[in-house]
Amino acid sequence: MASIETVALEKTYQVGFWRKKTKAALRPLTLSVPDGEVFGYLGPNGAGKTTTLRLVMGLAAPTGGSFKVLGGDIGDPSIRAQIGFLPEQPYFYDYLTPRELLSYFAGLSAIPAKERTRRIEATLKRVGLYEDAWSTQLRKFSKGMLQRVGLAQAILHEPKLIVLDEPMSGLDPMGRREVRDLIEELNHEGKTIFFSTHILSDAEALCDRVAVLNRGELRGVGVVADLVGSVKGKVEIMWHGTAAVAAMQAQGFDCHAVGETVRAVVPESDVDRAIDTLRGHRAKLVAVTPMRTTLEDYFLAKLNSPAEVAR
Amino acid sequence: MTNRIGTIAFNTFREAVRDRVLYNLIVFAFLMIGASLLLGQITIGVQRQLLINLGLTAISIFGVLIAIFIGIGLVSKEIDKRTLYTVLTRPVQRWEFIVGKFFGLMGTLAVNAGLMTVGFFIALIYLMRGLQASDASILAAVYFILLQFMIVTAVALLLSSFSTPIESAVLTFAIFVVGSFSEDLRGFAEGAKGATHYVAMTISYLIPNFSALNYIASVAHGNAVPASMIAWNTAYALLYAGAVVCAAAIIFQNRNMK
Amino acid sequence: MLTMLAGSAGALREIVRTRPEAHLQDVLYIPSAKALKRMSLGYDGLLADIYWTRAVQYFGWKHKHKSREYPLLYPLLEITTELDPHLIVAYRFGATFLAQEPPDGAGQPEKAVELIERGIRANADDWRLYYDLGFVYAMNLEDYQAAAKAFERGSEVPHAHPFLKVLAADMAQHGGDLATARLMWQTTYETTDDPGIKSNALRHLQALDVDETVPKLEELVRQFHDKTGIQPTSFFPLLEAGWIRRIPTDPLGMPYKLLPDGRVEVQDPTAWSFIRRGLPPKTGEPPAKP
Repeated sequence: MASIETVALEKTYQVGFWRKKTKAALRPLTLSVPDGEVFGYLGPNGAGKTTTLRLVMGLAAPTGGSFKVLGGDIGDPSIRAQIGFLPEQPYFYDYLTPRELLSYFAGLSAIPAKERTRRIEATLKRVGLYEDAWSTQLRKFSKGMLQRVGLAQAILHEPKLIVLDEPMSGLDPMGRREVRDLIEELNHEGKTIFFSTHILSDAEALCDRVAVLNRGELRGVGVVADLVGSVKGKVEIMWHGTAAVAAMQAQGFDCHAVGETVRAVVPESDVDRAIDTLRGHRAKLVAVTPMRTTLEDYFLAKLNSPAEVAR
Repeated sequence: MTNRIGTIAFNTFREAVRDRVLYNLIVFAFLMIGASLLLGQITIGVQRQLLINLGLTAISIFGVLIAIFIGIGLVSKEIDKRTLYTVLTRPVQRWEFIVGKFFGLMGTLAVNAGLMTVGFFIALIYLMRGLQASDASILAAVYFILLQFMIVTAVALLLSSFSTPIESAVLTFAIFVVGSFSEDLRGFAEGAKGATHYVAMTISYLIPNFSALNYIASVAHGNAVPASMIAWNTAYALLYAGAVVCAAAIIFQNRNMK
Repeated sequence: MLTMLAGSAGALREIVRTRPEAHLQDVLYIPSAKALKRMSLGYDGLLADIYWTRAVQYFGWKHKHKSREYPLLYPLLEITTELDPHLIVAYRFGATFLAQEPPDGAGQPEKAVELIERGIRANADDWRLYYDLGFVYAMNLEDYQAAAKAFERGSEVPHAHPFLKVLAADMAQHGGDLATARLMWQTTYETTDDPGIKSNALRHLQALDVDETVPKLEELVRQFHDKTGIQPTSFFPLLEAGWIRRIPTDPLGMPYKLLPDGRVEVQDPTAWSFIRRGLPPKTGEPPAKP
């Protein structure tokens, strides 16, 4: 079963003074997010990721195509009750405290009054917001703290599907690590996570599947495990000692030096030859690393490829 | 459903209070104290009249201003500040959001007017050394003022759902002004002929009739408010405000969030 | 900052001192009454009260400065009553102070009639307005027929003061009589709450007292002269001869003066408005009525 399914989902705007010109924010998008996966939605800024999320969450209406969320219509409150959403750069009523804000949302999500305090406190703890801040007005919060509150409101009601728009933005490395752990935890609990990001390392670490979007068009979809890690057939060698550079270059290897450390990327078949050369010049080996494809490679490759029809 | 509306209403009320809206009560208090102390200069009969006119006018004006200034931001502020996104993605219907906002602001206005009425009666008792039977009609006048608030709030809410705050403020105020002489307009319409007549009549029915709700001068003269007027005006205000809120809900339903 | 504040206060004092009429003159820019009513957005009750207060202050201030003209009184009262047609006291105030001769009034009795008629149109059941109307006709316009008609109309209003019928009849016969005037001022005095109108009525009653007493005293002195051949220069001879029981005093408590030519005057003419007898002869004064 798919948590999110879109068929030719499209959004175009009328722009210009006379509203004659059309601008396509999203060209017909057909995508499927399977249940129980962590799905990464990748793309540079302005690719249309946020637009897609807005359409899927029912905040804006598509100009073409259709979509289903959790097998149903996003307009149905019982479907929305099972979804948690974190918008990009969330803003909240800054005159409220986290407790009050979550209490407000709990009321809207029909969490029984008796349950509320317990759930709110558990959730705030889970997102790593320290207790002193729980009764401080949100206007005093830093971006990172607001992001945590945002995550809290997205998971407060134990939704089955969690949709996050740039969840790591505004967080320091520690914070990002915590969020990554949280997403993994949630996924282990059986929840589906769909999030958009332009930070590829996070996606690579977390996602089961990714889709690449550029300029409103879907460019590629794939299972991360398949895309990453295959050995590219190249090996990276690093050593100390510029003495060997000339010899390496004579062998046809490109060298790149920074101070005393030199780096060269050689085909797998030539590894032994290169190492012998270096040993012959008494260079001090620092590292010999087989290079693997990263998600970045896939991403950059797909960015400008023709539009893909998702499988 | 009522829970969600209630939650939104309460949150709207809380926002108004934290926005220090209720500070206007302090100004009102000073006004009442000042008036009841200074009115000793004027004839006995006119003293009471003046205090009632002053008090009820102040309650009305302060309330209308609050209704406009908060009303115009009810929806547009949430859109501008992007606080709306995490609310609408919850199991809330869009119309519930609108209705909740409406009740939240009405609640604020009712509390505000209620406190002012209490303060006003204190000033009245001090000035007149007691109450008289005709003072009960003052409560009827306050009730009518609340009905006025209901209409102004609804209009401000409607405009807020699609215009910018400045446009909404100007338009709501304009509608208030035009509404206060809607009866003149009707008189003019009745005297006109042909197309002018129909256009003017239609407009006079579309704009809210605030003159019918204004019993301040009458109550100041000690007249009672007829029960039939209370019933009909209540019905009018409820239906008119209800229609406007429905329109707001429809517009908001179809609004795309940028 | 404090210095500037103090300086501005000083400057303001200078301004206030050199512009004493300022706050009243501003009232000159009065828009039409109907336009003002439209602009009042339904708060006409309060606005009427404000204009009423201004009207009273305007009159009071000018009267204190012995003004002989009150050009703004009618416009102010017109606006007041347009805004609140049921502000009865405004009509009554106008009845008295628009109609009276300057410096105690604007000397515009026709305007007073206009105002009261407006009041009657909006408040047909208030007998006091018909009374005021008749009053102005009788006292200021000396049109006793119109006065009688006004009193007649008023007497038909439910709960009217019973005197209206009496006055209606009275007008026909004794329009100009002092007794009638006394009755009317007495009624006015008793039926108003407004202190301004009340004190004015009192002064009229006192003036009527003088107007009645002075001729009687002069007649008494004439008879004394006829009887005794003496032309007294004070009232003592009459007192000693038992013609009077005590030295006659005016309603203000000051003894009357007896002049050698037999005329009686009040001690202090400047303390009196409204009297027609008991005044020293002055050029340009209208001759005293018998």
